[in-house]
Amino acid sequence: MISIKNLHASVNGKKILNGINLEIKAGEIHAIMGPNGSGKSTLSSVLAGHPDYEVTEGEIIFNGKNLLELEAENRAREGLFLAFQYPVEIPGVSNINFLKTAINEIREYNGLEQMAAKDFLAMVKEKQKLVELDGKLTNRSVNEGFSGGEKKRNEIFQLAMLEPKLAILDETDSGLDIDALKIVANGVNMLKNKNNAFIVITHYQRLLDYIIPDFVHVLYNGKIVKSGTKEMALELEAKGYDEVKKEFDFKK
Amino acid sequence: MKLEKSQTAQHIIEKISATASKVGFISDTVLSNALLQIENVGIPNNKHEDYKYCNIDSILKKEFKNIEQNFINVTAINEYKIKDTITLVVVNGNYSEALSDKIILKGLQVHSFANIDSSANKLISTIADVQKDVFIAMNTAFCSNGFYLKIQKGEKLKMPIHIIYISGSETEALVNSRNFIELEEQSEATIIEEQILIGQGKVFTNFLSEKFIAKNAKLNSTLFQNEGNLGYSVNTNQIKQEQDSQYHNHTITLSGQLVRNNHNVLLAGQNSQANLNGLFYSKENQIIDNHTLMDHQAPHCESNELYKGIIKDKSTGVFNGKIFVRKDAQKTNAYQSSKNILLSDDASIYAKPQLEIYANDVKCSHGTSTGKIDEKALFYLNTRGIGKESAKKLLLQSFAQEIINKIEPESLKEKITLFFEKDL
Repeated sequence: MISIKNLHASVNGKKILNGINLEIKAGEIHAIMGPNGSGKSTLSSVLAGHPDYEVTEGEIIFNGKNLLELEAENRAREGLFLAFQYPVEIPGVSNINFLKTAINEIREYNGLEQMAAKDFLAMVKEKQKLVELDGKLTNRSVNEGFSGGEKKRNEIFQLAMLEPKLAILDETDSGLDIDALKIVANGVNMLKNKNNAFIVITHYQRLLDYIIPDFVHVLYNGKIVKSGTKEMALELEAKGYDEVKKEFDFKK
Repeated sequence: MKLEKSQTAQHIIEKISATASKVGFISDTVLSNALLQIENVGIPNNKHEDYKYCNIDSILKKEFKNIEQNFINVTAINEYKIKDTITLVVVNGNYSEALSDKIILKGLQVHSFANIDSSANKLISTIADVQKDVFIAMNTAFCSNGFYLKIQKGEKLKMPIHIIYISGSETEALVNSRNFIELEEQSEATIIEEQILIGQGKVFTNFLSEKFIAKNAKLNSTLFQNEGNLGYSVNTNQIKQEQDSQYHNHTITLSGQLVRNNHNVLLAGQNSQANLNGLFYSKENQIIDNHTLMDHQAPHCESNELYKGIIKDKSTGVFNGKIFVRKDAQKTNAYQSSKNILLSDDASIYAKPQLEIYANDVKCSHGTSTGKIDEKALFYLNTRGIGKESAKKLLLQSFAQEIINKIEPESLKEKITLFFEKDL
């Protein structure tokens, strides 16, 4: 699905990622954990194609394509999705109009015809149930006046609508109470299948009780310093990141 | 203030005198005052505080050297019609009964100035004071055969009225277009005014509309300006409201090489309400200048203003909103807001609120914001597969839609939405 090799990136001249290597296959869920400032959000921004981030070294191959040569919109059209840590409010643009435009631009890029209005609305109805999103919210402006939990559920709703191959969830658990967390996790579990993959970025182990990862990676100082299975996440939770910091600061 | 008088006025007067109507509905006293005003003030240049960003003297000197009133005779207006409205047509400033719909709507009267009775005649020029602005003076002295429109007492018009001002010339030309719209007590109407230009010649139009909204009457109006790069205009919209009346206006400017709007509302009777909404989109080297004046003379009145501008390329946008709250206008609520998006580094916006408050028990607020297109929102849309251009368009449309959504009737809202979708 995606192969990240020796990825170095910086923002405003400051180096954040220092050689990331990661292989993800279809059907897998990878969790990326790490202390604040380790580069987790930078990694998601770089993958999504944020124009402020500069890749200085390395390569990313996504389904056979050089991802770094693609603009953000074309990465999305190729099947990459980023669920934002802080979803953006867009006053005046209705959720429905926004999604319809997105779906049709993705379809056009992939040589498909526009989706019929009837099919689109049926899909909206079906998918909003998945994340228990109030039908009224889909008619409102994108994220405008949504609560923190509603914004995150709206991200997963969009994920469900756009059906990406690879979805990156950037700290989707932050700011969620346990009920909202369960709803979001449940949505992700329903969407998971053998043809897609997920990168779950999180600071806490809590989310991983509900979304069970196949692999867990620890990011520190812009590098993956440890990889393992979900047991490692539990261990991390128990010991805290200080252990990791001590170990790798020492090695440096 | 002593202004440097220009020779431009004299030059123009010579050119337009021949085509000005001489139907005699302006009294001799008013006429001589108007001429005196033109003589004294001349055409304003950028030294004139009110025309600082809109140097009309220099534009006229440069762009209208060879005025020949070589007008096009308009014979068909079907393509501009809006369904379920009554169409009235003004060609090069003259009301055209032939092109207008037959007036069979109950409670509505329309006459060209040449055909008005003496009671209507007495109203003309009572709302727009020739001494307030030289373009009022010039229009008063040289206007064409415009029209007087009346909604009779207690009548609520069943259909909106769509007034098409269509002008066209093969060479440079100047038009002084004028009307008087009267809503008698307890009447209601929706009026759409649309300004269109055809032909190959530049046309400078000096529009003047006097609107009188009597006690308990309600006017919902939209001014849609789309004259393109050959259109130059000064539009004076002079409103007088009596007590318990309502005035809702949407001034939508999609194009025009020079568009100067002087929108002046006099809240003369208590408990009246005025809402002015504006949307303009300037591009290339156009100048779109909105000046509003909300004059609160009576107590317990409310005014709201929201003007939004999208300024592209090397164009210039201006919003100057003046609010007067007179000594007797206690319990006034007056709000004003201007929001602008600059689409290029060469685009300029000058936004200036001016509040003069002489009463002590009032609520007034104003705010202005100017920014670029929201980069965060743009990126968010991109990550959903929406391309740069359509994402930008989506954001601009939503910015414009806040104003467009207020427009009535639905058919006009749709028409304007389509125009913006195509152009943005």
